[in-house]
Amino acid sequence: MKKTGIIAFVVIFCALALLPFAANAISPKAPLELDYNTPAIKSLEEHKCIESTEFMRSSHMQLLDSWRNDVVRNGDIVYTATDGTKYEKSLDDSCLTCHSNPEEFCDKCHSYEGVNPYCWDCHDSFGLWRQNESNEALYQDFLASVEGGQE
Amino acid sequence: MTAQQHSERSLTRRNFVKAGAVACATGLFALNGCTLEEVKNSQLASEFQGIENKQYGLAINVSMLDALGGQEFIDTIIAACHNYHNVPKIDDPKKSMDWIWTQSYEEAFSDIASTYVDEKTASYAYPVMCNHCTDPQCVRVCPTQTTFKRPDGIVMMDYHRCIGCRFCMSACPYGARSFNFMDPRPYVEKESMNPGYPTRSKGVVEKCTLCYELIDQGSVPVCVQAAYGCITFGDLTDENSEIRQVLSQAFSIRRRVELGTGPNVYYIFDEETASLYANGLNLGGAHGFEGDLLEGGE
Repeated sequence: MKKTGIIAFVVIFCALALLPFAANAISPKAPLELDYNTPAIKSLEEHKCIESTEFMRSSHMQLLDSWRNDVVRNGDIVYTATDGTKYEKSLDDSCLTCHSNPEEFCDKCHSYEGVNPYCWDCHDSFGLWRQNESNEALYQDFLASVEGGQE
Repeated sequence: MTAQQHSERSLTRRNFVKAGAVACATGLFALNGCTLEEVKNSQLASEFQGIENKQYGLAINVSMLDALGGQEFIDTIIAACHNYHNVPKIDDPKKSMDWIWTQSYEEAFSDIASTYVDEKTASYAYPVMCNHCTDPQCVRVCPTQTTFKRPDGIVMMDYHRCIGCRFCMSACPYGARSFNFMDPRPYVEKESMNPGYPTRSKGVVEKCTLCYELIDQGSVPVCVQAAYGCITFGDLTDENSEIRQVLSQAFSIRRRVELGTGPNVYYIFDEETASLYANGLNLGGAHGFEGDLLEGGE
């Protein structure tokens, strides 16, 4: 009697603990569609980030972390990519110039993955700049000029 | 329970050690799967040689500033700095944020000021900011190494690391540091802000960083660009630098030297050049105002 009680407990416990995994296995989350359609990315000849997509997907956080230390603590501001191209180590001036839609690109994936980085507490002043009405108008003019140039 | 029964039913020392070893091995095996994958990109290793050893400093010609308009002119320099760095504008003096501000002679030089100082010296407005000390007390007290001294002499802040303990604020004898009591973003003036420069966040201390980002790009600080030659920037350890030339030709003082922090902002009194300015002869600063500062950040 005692033994069956223990076995029953173990079985129920394991079932409960594995329930989330089972649920995911049966109906996995819908794959995430990210928006790459910013004017700067559209105007690129080859749709490629500074490194391979796989590397950026898996390791952009380590890359940004090392950039932060390089720039702030060591004064090292130039990043040489694997293909030899040089970029400024800057979230605002490099990443966000192409990915000018952080809420559709960064935030969407971060919330999908359940991570909560606090980059925007300080960075992305451009978004803040756009909150000004006249600047928003300037930005829309810029977007229109880029869209027009594409057609 | 007899002694024999006891030894049969409970774990012997030998079996206990064995079981422990098995448990540890199992644990290690399981942990193996969780090991964080390290980024193995040779690109993260940089060719950068590092910052050269220097001691950057500023020489502020207060006579010239006075000739160009005194407080009014200094206000334009302050605005240039604060707009460039998105410094929030908060009217409450207890919470206000300042990277540069002005003080009277008596306030700025409380150790040497006297009632009988000449009228001119007493009437000048003195722009004050972080002195980028040779032996900075803020760096000594910072528990997280948020603030540190770069090899080129700049006392820098890594805002990401700041925990807001404000030890540095109590340690700094110049009051050069401001604390973000609230989210600064609503107080950044959106009409004049710089979209290319980050703001700070709540609970973080900030101060003048001598525009390290411009220096790293080979430019000079914003205040120097906006001062039409009244502020000279350079390496104080290099005897051929412009700042050393300027300092060698005029009388200069520093703030609170007796504290031993080694301040590197010099205040120059140079009536001769100032009178030339006052008479409308623009000598042209060594560093003119380099166009639109917002574009300079790229």
